Amino acid sequence: MSLTFAAFNISKSYNGSQVLKECSFSFDGSGVYVLTGPNGSGKSTFLRICALIEPPDEGEILFSSQGKTIEKDLRLRRRITLVFPRSGVFNTTAFRNVAYGLTVRGIRGVQVIGKVHEALDFVGLDHKSDQNALTLSSGEIQRLNITRALVIKPEILFLDEPTASVDEANTEIIENIVMKLKKEHRATVVITTHDKEQAIRLADRKLIIKNWKVVEDE
Amino acid sequence: MSSILGSFTRALFLILNLDKELFGIIFLSIWVSGAALLFASFIGLPLGALLAFRKFPLRGLIISFLNTFMGLPPVVVGLFLYLLLSRSGPFGFMSLLYTPSAMIIAQSILAFPIVSSLSHSAIVSVDPIIKQTAMTLGATRYQVSLTVIKEARYGIMSAIMTALGRVMAEVGAILIVGGNIAGFTRVMTTTIALETDKGNFELALALGIILLSISLTINSVVLFVQKKGIGGAKR
Repeated sequence: MSLTFAAFNISKSYNGSQVLKECSFSFDGSGVYVLTGPNGSGKSTFLRICALIEPPDEGEILFSSQGKTIEKDLRLRRRITLVFPRSGVFNTTAFRNVAYGLTVRGIRGVQVIGKVHEALDFVGLDHKSDQNALTLSSGEIQRLNITRALVIKPEILFLDEPTASVDEANTEIIENIVMKLKKEHRATVVITTHDKEQAIRLADRKLIIKNWKVVEDE
Repeated sequence: MSSILGSFTRALFLILNLDKELFGIIFLSIWVSGAALLFASFIGLPLGALLAFRKFPLRGLIISFLNTFMGLPPVVVGLFLYLLLSRSGPFGFMSLLYTPSAMIIAQSILAFPIVSSLSHSAIVSVDPIIKQTAMTLGATRYQVSLTVIKEARYGIMSAIMTALGRVMAEVGAILIVGGNIAGFTRVMTTTIALETDKGNFELALALGIILLSISLTINSVVLFVQKKGIGGAKR
């Protein structure tokens, strides 16, 4: 059942400057992986490549379930998701933003209403469900971004710098969400952060980018 | 000065009395412009979206052409259409010259580049993160495109309203292909031109006031639509 994935010899460069080079890493168990490193070290690039948003120059990402490799099609894309550090909310209500992932999967009606309110409640935003998402504070927007990802119950959740642009209170709320996911074993979570303390608080396994490669942080 | 004021009062009298001729002219103006806008949007919006989402040969050239045609001189359009539709022209057999249909075609040609070019730029100016977010949330390629179009909706609406503003105020092309025939192809702008020539300022002024009011309404709607789009981000 459980979905695992691994990076094989990933290389990526932008305008001639190397970001990742022959980078391999196997994410073979559930739990929270925290990838740290300074800005520009390639964390986000690695995440985007793993989440199939961007192709690598060389190498590949392999997803497998019960020892079998899975084709990288829409079905697989719908089992994983990535939350960007920058707002990508749609110009509509918070409710509709969260419902998006469900409606594109053909889920309609009462089911959507129940699931969306449940997810908004989980992050403490249910009272703002009718508000235009663009009018929320940056902390609330980031929580909303995470809610949109949670409502579709991903098996692998990538969070790119989820607390980079939010205040302490919202950071705590977001960390609690991750802790809850961890306790409920709901998903494999891969987070990037440059906050070392946060990495210690959240991680089951700490990773770092060294010499263009992802390695376990001792 | 007093003659202007006199004309002005008589113009208001015409409007308030619901003059039949006047309303026929107004109705035809709205009908011709509305139909033209509908055709222009029907072709222009899909083309704008296609140019925004797909990369294909000559795409850049088409965009340049559309941008140039946004400022197409109406009399030139009128002239070409006249040559095409006149008895000896290739489409002469359709007997369209001097009919409202010919006017609708002329205005469609003028409105179409505005609709497609402005809607294209509205769509491409949507933040690329919207597209990526839609992808991460499991949207198909088609659903991603729909989402981006939805985000550009205020820009697209103002593209349509801008085109409407242009065709409502246009006179050159419809004068040439419509012929300004009383009760048949006579619209507000062509009447204003004719009545001014005749020195019959009341009707011209009455129509001028109405045309201005309509333009003002269109522009207020555009402003409102744009404000609503931007206001959402600021509030």
